[in-house]
Amino acid sequence: MTDAAVPLLEARGITRLFGSFAANRDVSLAIRAGERHALLGENGAGKSTLVKMIYGVLAPSAGEFRWEGRAVEIASPAAARDMGIGMVFQHFNLFDALTVAENIALALPGERMRGLGARIAEVSRAYGLAIDPNRAVHSLSAGEKQRVEIIRCLLQAPRLLIMDEPTSVLTPQEGALLFATLRRLSDEGVAILYISHKLDEVRALCEAATVLRAGEVVAECDPRAVSSAEIAALMVGRDVAQVGRADGAAAGPVRLAIRSLSLPAPSQFGTALHEVSLDVRGGEILGIAGVAGEGQSELMQALIGERRAPRPEAIAVDGRAVGHLGPDARRLAGAAFVPEERAGHAAVPEMGLPENVLLSHHRAERLSGPAGWIRAGRTAAWAARVRTAFDVRAGGAHPRAGSLSGGNLQKFVVGREILREPGVLVVNQPTWGVDPGAAVVIRQALIDLARRGAAVLVISQDLEELFAIADRVAVIHTGRLSAPRPVGELDAETVGLLMGGADPGADRDDRHPAEAHA
Amino acid sequence: MIPRLEARAEPSALMTLASPVIAIGLTLVAGAVMFALMGRDPAEALWVYFVSPFMDGYSRAELVVKAVPLALIGAGLAVSFRANVWNIGAAGQYVAGAMAGGLVALGAPEATGTAWFLLYLAAGVTGGLVWAAVPALLRTRFNANEILVSLMLTYVAALMLDWAVRGPWRDPLGFGFPQSRDFTATFQMPVILEGTRLHAGVIVAVVVAVALMLMMGRTMRGFELRVIGAAPRAGAFAGFSQAGAVWFALLLSGGLAGLAGAIEVSATVHQLQPDISAGYGFVAIIAAFLGRLNPAGALFGGLVLAVSYIGGENAQILLKLPKNVTGIFQGMLLFFLLGCDTLIRHRIIWRRRAAA
Repeated sequence: MTDAAVPLLEARGITRLFGSFAANRDVSLAIRAGERHALLGENGAGKSTLVKMIYGVLAPSAGEFRWEGRAVEIASPAAARDMGIGMVFQHFNLFDALTVAENIALALPGERMRGLGARIAEVSRAYGLAIDPNRAVHSLSAGEKQRVEIIRCLLQAPRLLIMDEPTSVLTPQEGALLFATLRRLSDEGVAILYISHKLDEVRALCEAATVLRAGEVVAECDPRAVSSAEIAALMVGRDVAQVGRADGAAAGPVRLAIRSLSLPAPSQFGTALHEVSLDVRGGEILGIAGVAGEGQSELMQALIGERRAPRPEAIAVDGRAVGHLGPDARRLAGAAFVPEERAGHAAVPEMGLPENVLLSHHRAERLSGPAGWIRAGRTAAWAARVRTAFDVRAGGAHPRAGSLSGGNLQKFVVGREILREPGVLVVNQPTWGVDPGAAVVIRQALIDLARRGAAVLVISQDLEELFAIADRVAVIHTGRLSAPRPVGELDAETVGLLMGGADPGADRDDRHPAEAHA
Repeated sequence: MIPRLEARAEPSALMTLASPVIAIGLTLVAGAVMFALMGRDPAEALWVYFVSPFMDGYSRAELVVKAVPLALIGAGLAVSFRANVWNIGAAGQYVAGAMAGGLVALGAPEATGTAWFLLYLAAGVTGGLVWAAVPALLRTRFNANEILVSLMLTYVAALMLDWAVRGPWRDPLGFGFPQSRDFTATFQMPVILEGTRLHAGVIVAVVVAVALMLMMGRTMRGFELRVIGAAPRAGAFAGFSQAGAVWFALLLSGGLAGLAGAIEVSATVHQLQPDISAGYGFVAIIAAFLGRLNPAGALFGGLVLAVSYIGGENAQILLKLPKNVTGIFQGMLLFFLLGCDTLIRHRIIWRRRAAA
């Protein structure tokens, strides 16, 4: 079919300007048919911009794309699909209230519902993507939703499939299944463009890689032939420090105790918490693993105090029952929190950094005076301390929080809490979407805080992260928490099984919590 | 060449302030076109409309008199809108305040002394509070939309006033006109500039607007409202109460609208009539936006809109233009203002369309 010498897709000197800022500068890359090609780079390196141009969402400012050797202009996603380019986005574009087949039919104009079910079944069998076309999408797990997205692409017989950070929502087992599917597709001649920052994955799956840094191609390599550390150094532009962990740190007294915490789901698509119990001791980092949407946000809300616990003693900080108290009172009791969503939850993007310090410290650090006057000087000094201590880089003297890069804003919201020297710190997704340099700083700060005697609870969907910093790990699934085990006794396989709902040693049906609980 | 909007990396501080000025300019241009279409000389009409109100001392005082209720209500609305609480029913709270004041003034015709007048003003505030408490309660209890509830209550208030001045409060010596007895001197706002109607209410408006500006910028209460308005989840993280913010915003803006109603009646007509509202409660929304949702900015917004009222009256008298022109100008101003506000977060790019 295709001349092996001519790449399926070639980018030549692609530049994309936003105002005077070049998100991509003179980027060239070539993908052959059947190739599994990784696109690597830090957050903000220009991966998304490049992919959006390939998929016709953005137009390049300069340079050209060639499809099988011919110069093409990809004017829209529809044009990209017509050429044979399919894309699975990181965030799903599915209607929760519709069934799998209905969702797929919506994406295939001119396709009749009749017979579609059979075609879906056929594709899902051929590529090992088990899914029932008649199920409603809201009842699917994240991994299943991703399968729907992939099947939707495959029904259009793509020749190039773009996958954007596909494993962020998957258990390791689901990830392995995805890799098998992708290998089968590439064996059939479909090219895969795989975007990721998880280096081990890329080394396991891909045979070629293009590394972007600050919008430019800095390296092309065979990821199987180089080490993860070398790739990381290419991405960041310097050697990435490894975190030093506090092995064998003597566990102190229980500083955060959760006792049979149950809460109903906050909304139709939320997750209820069932009898969550946990002790976190001073000096240790306890990790909670789990795929997205298994009750992590609900647990976080309950711990912050945004939703009160039914009983005061359901949550205790340093022996003091705080379940009935609001966030401020819990902070005064010595707890600190960093929710998952930086912009909009942990910080107000429209406001400056001092006001964002005020957000969580107004009472705990007495940043407001009598009659509620804000102590502007003290507040600004606090913000300056955070910026210095955590090397938060921002433009201008009074930047808005929303103008900071993801990594810098995350360093700010984590640093803001750590500088209080809390006795208990609860962090949800401490390094999600953060560049490797900032991730190391944040992880090291968490470890150091625990070394100084604080109890640190880290909720994360990144298993590598938990294995790197946690002393013990528990797994959350459908709002239930497994018993924590020391990291030394665990491997990714075991945790992955727990994340998928299998509970070695207990016999119950986790998909139907109400019955299992009766 | 086709204009295209492109998102700015940062909201433009310059455009935030320039937008009202550009909008006023565009309103004048569109107004000139409108007058030309009506067969009038645009230059003369615009002169009568927008210059004549400044030409003599009495008119200038009248501008301030009109601006007082607009600024008082607008300052409260600015706070409320900043908290993302959309009180659209200030017109009803204004009427409720005027009626509550009327209860005192008409009920105590023999009363004398400043204390009675202060009681009258307090009654006005209370009337507005009570009227605004209804949407606050329904929003916090049943998640009912405060825009609809507060708006619909304006009609209830207007009909109540209409009924009262045709019924129990009708002036027996009023030749059957729907109006109450005149307020006694005790319940009349003191005039502060002899020969005009300029009254002490202007001091109240300035003090309230400046105090609210300080509250929004310098105190935890204002910070809380701004956080909840900009990022409700961050408000919950901080430990701020969403319901508390709804109550505070509605009661504050409602109370001030009630106060404005009581002040206006005591300062100008000295009696209750069906048309005391003059649309101030709605026009003050434009004043709040013109003032960039800064309570002190509402003073400026109130003055600008006062020009449209006085100019409209002059145009009616001198040019025989219909009264509705005033409403058209106010509507165009809001229209252009909201349009120009797009340029705070976006810029216009002129470029040839890329070949498809």
